[in-house]
Amino acid sequence: MRRILLAVLVVASALFSAPLAAQQDEIRALMAELAGAKFKKTAEVVANLAATGDPAVVPVLTALGAGDLFFRKSDNAIFVAVKDGRRYQLSDPLTGAAAGDAGRREVKKIRVNNSLRRAIRAAIGTLTLLSPDRATRRAAAEAILKSRDPDAIPALDTAIAAEQDERTRGLMERARAAAVLNSTAGGPEKLEAVSVIAARADQDARSILLAALEGAEPALADAITTAVAEVERSLALWSMAQNVWYGLSLGSVLLLAAIGLAITFGVMGVINMAHGEMVMIGAYVTFVVQEIIRTQAPALFDVSLLIALPLAFGVAGAVGIAIERGVIRFLYGRPLETLLATWGLSLILQQAVRTIFGPTNQEVGAPSWMSGAFELGGLTLTYGRVWIIVFALVVFAALVIVLRRTNFGLQTRAVTQNRRMAGSMGIRTNWTDALTFGLGSGIAGVAGVALSQIDNVSPNLGQSYIIDSFMVVVFGGVGNLWGTLVGALSLGVLNKFLEPYAGAMLGKILVLVFIILFIQKRPRGLFALKGRAVDQ
Amino acid sequence: MTGTALSRWLGGPGCILLIALAVAAVYVPAANQLFPPDSPLHIETVTVVLLGKYLCFAILALSIDLVWGYCGILSLGHGAFFALGGYAMGMHLMREIGSRGVYGNPVLPDFMVFLNWSELPWYWHGFDQFWFALLMVVLVPGALAFAFGALAFRSRVTGVYLSIITQAMTFALMLAFFRNEMGFGGNNGLTDFKDVLGFDLQADGTRIGLFLLSVLTLAAAFILCRMIVLSRLGKVLIAVRDAESRARFIGYRVERYKLFVFTISAMMAGLAGALYVPQVGIINPSEFTPANSIEAVIWVAVGGRGTLVGAVIGGIGVNMGKSYFTGALPELWLFALGGLFILVTLFMPRGILGLVSDWRPRRRNATPSGSSDTPAEPAAASEERA
Repeated sequence: MRRILLAVLVVASALFSAPLAAQQDEIRALMAELAGAKFKKTAEVVANLAATGDPAVVPVLTALGAGDLFFRKSDNAIFVAVKDGRRYQLSDPLTGAAAGDAGRREVKKIRVNNSLRRAIRAAIGTLTLLSPDRATRRAAAEAILKSRDPDAIPALDTAIAAEQDERTRGLMERARAAAVLNSTAGGPEKLEAVSVIAARADQDARSILLAALEGAEPALADAITTAVAEVERSLALWSMAQNVWYGLSLGSVLLLAAIGLAITFGVMGVINMAHGEMVMIGAYVTFVVQEIIRTQAPALFDVSLLIALPLAFGVAGAVGIAIERGVIRFLYGRPLETLLATWGLSLILQQAVRTIFGPTNQEVGAPSWMSGAFELGGLTLTYGRVWIIVFALVVFAALVIVLRRTNFGLQTRAVTQNRRMAGSMGIRTNWTDALTFGLGSGIAGVAGVALSQIDNVSPNLGQSYIIDSFMVVVFGGVGNLWGTLVGALSLGVLNKFLEPYAGAMLGKILVLVFIILFIQKRPRGLFALKGRAVDQ
Repeated sequence: MTGTALSRWLGGPGCILLIALAVAAVYVPAANQLFPPDSPLHIETVTVVLLGKYLCFAILALSIDLVWGYCGILSLGHGAFFALGGYAMGMHLMREIGSRGVYGNPVLPDFMVFLNWSELPWYWHGFDQFWFALLMVVLVPGALAFAFGALAFRSRVTGVYLSIITQAMTFALMLAFFRNEMGFGGNNGLTDFKDVLGFDLQADGTRIGLFLLSVLTLAAAFILCRMIVLSRLGKVLIAVRDAESRARFIGYRVERYKLFVFTISAMMAGLAGALYVPQVGIINPSEFTPANSIEAVIWVAVGGRGTLVGAVIGGIGVNMGKSYFTGALPELWLFALGGLFILVTLFMPRGILGLVSDWRPRRRNATPSGSSDTPAEPAAASEERA
């Protein structure tokens, strides 16, 4: 990593240092003094190199700090040397051009100690503060923010005056404030610095302020203490928001896993223990789609999930319809037998997948638009999670619309509420049953596409969700889609809020115990259906 | 005369079961000890242990049949009671290792020394006494079942809801026992047992003794179940199974009957677990997996729900099949088990015993029994009359 960084720096600096040939000679002259120098001498050279103000010396300093700078004993020439087997590959520190190789005994490392490394870091920071590249300037400011080196203050002042980009200037001002707090500056200046630091309340601000608290005079100490308290309050708020976010994220996963079950179990009353396997099938469809795309059309990789969605819905839905026609329709009205038969089905499906694809985890990749993260205030949100939450809500909304607004949904509700009456009105109840079950299974398959992004795609994928899914549906209230939504999200948030206090495992246990107790209190869930129909 | 009364009380299949158990109790040890190893009649010690294991599963199946077959409570958490009984026994066996462990600590089990614990957690005290451990074997599952049942039955959680929360219970326990901080050996559970009551667990004699004990316990459990089922209380249980609301309206305190039978059943499962652990030599949290509990339910369904004898047949038969399949065709075992679940629920709602009783009257009277085609509930009543 360090090597790559070095190479990038070398190339970048070579680009804009070429015209300054005259100055390059000066730098080379300074550099030559490094050969065989003692620490004290090296420190002088570093200071002189930094004083040139030329970004071209950055790679030299970086190599020196990393211990990659050597001099050749024969002619005292300075090189960047990279060990290659028993010999060293040499290259010019300024241009990066290769300069042959040398044996172990022909070159000698220019040694640095910790205080030198600090000086080098500060020097690099100062030099890069004026770089034309914004990212370099920001990185330099960040480095000073970390090192809080008071020597960097003059450089920062120049840089702040010259800076056009507002966010970068803000960062530099914060870096300057941190450096001021670490310096011997007077009280008023430090007080101002405290307010600058406290303005952005994050973990860094807290540690900078706490570090400054040591040996501060009373007035300043008071200001710092209040500032720290403020920062901590704000941090606590953000961490709570982060917890809510994690909770919603977990809740959306639960929602995805449970939403198909809300149809098959909630609406139809079928205890489908093979529900988790429908999710697994969806995940495997994703895997197969990605495999085909990888070999046939790699360009389509970014849309692989979109291709997998309808396929997963189709495959899982078809399997669901087959299960309903083949097994479940003979067992209506016998819930306990349905439970056992579908459990058997789940074993068969698992073993079938294990036989076809093998028992190991399969690799499912994330498309580029799902990787990465962005910051929102004090929150770090990953795109993958954001998409899964969005996706869960979209699927939920689509399902509600299908059940509420379409003819098929109307028939489904009619059949589940009063089968014989619905049959008398000309609805083909058998078909409605099969299609409804297919819909629930298909939704589970779609959920599998999303879950393949965050979980291991293995034959056991479904098993890990089945208990959670049932908990969500029962907790939310059977036969009520909105109950499932509220149930999933609140269980997710509850789980994540328990985790910091109880640990992941115990948090989950507590949630389970909570649900078991909750069902005692409200046996029909959060949003129970009214009336006698539920008594069957 | 008393002979016929007894056989009538036990029922035809019951008589056969007890006779079979008596024969096994004599024959298996004899075949193991008396015949030379190369004789075709010889039974290896490994097989004796395996048979003992099956008997423990049969006791577990019996306990499930008592609640499911006779009271309509489908518990998907009986594996938890089984495992709790096993852990209670395992804790005693751990304490009995004493200073012979790897770390040689006279009080602390090895895994606690490994975790740098300095003293025994309070709930491990007393387990050095065998009688105390034995008491806990039945009391811990019993207490859990009592507390759980008291809550669930009073608020009238029934049917699949009850099944699902019993499943959640065993799942929660599994997660809990996986934690090292719980003090039950975490992931690895309890193992490396040396002896029980001074008898070496590896010795043939001890193994035969445990086998005989399993036979006796199974017989006793069967007789206890039979007593419960044939009593007035048993009739009420069947009434609750067939029409819970009606039984309640007649004036029976349904939840008390359910609680009683659920607790007894859990204790029985605990006892089965306690017999199981010294024979297999290990107990770990995987015994709590919900899949185990559901598998135990299918034993009962295969043998015939609500028949007691069927549960024993299913418990032994399915596990024999499992041993065979996982040895000979490991790929196919889950297909076979899954297929069994489906076939039994679709085509054999009354299990093997149901098939047998359908077949017998037809042979004798040459008239098909008309009502046997309604599969909604297992017709346990025909067994009661026998």
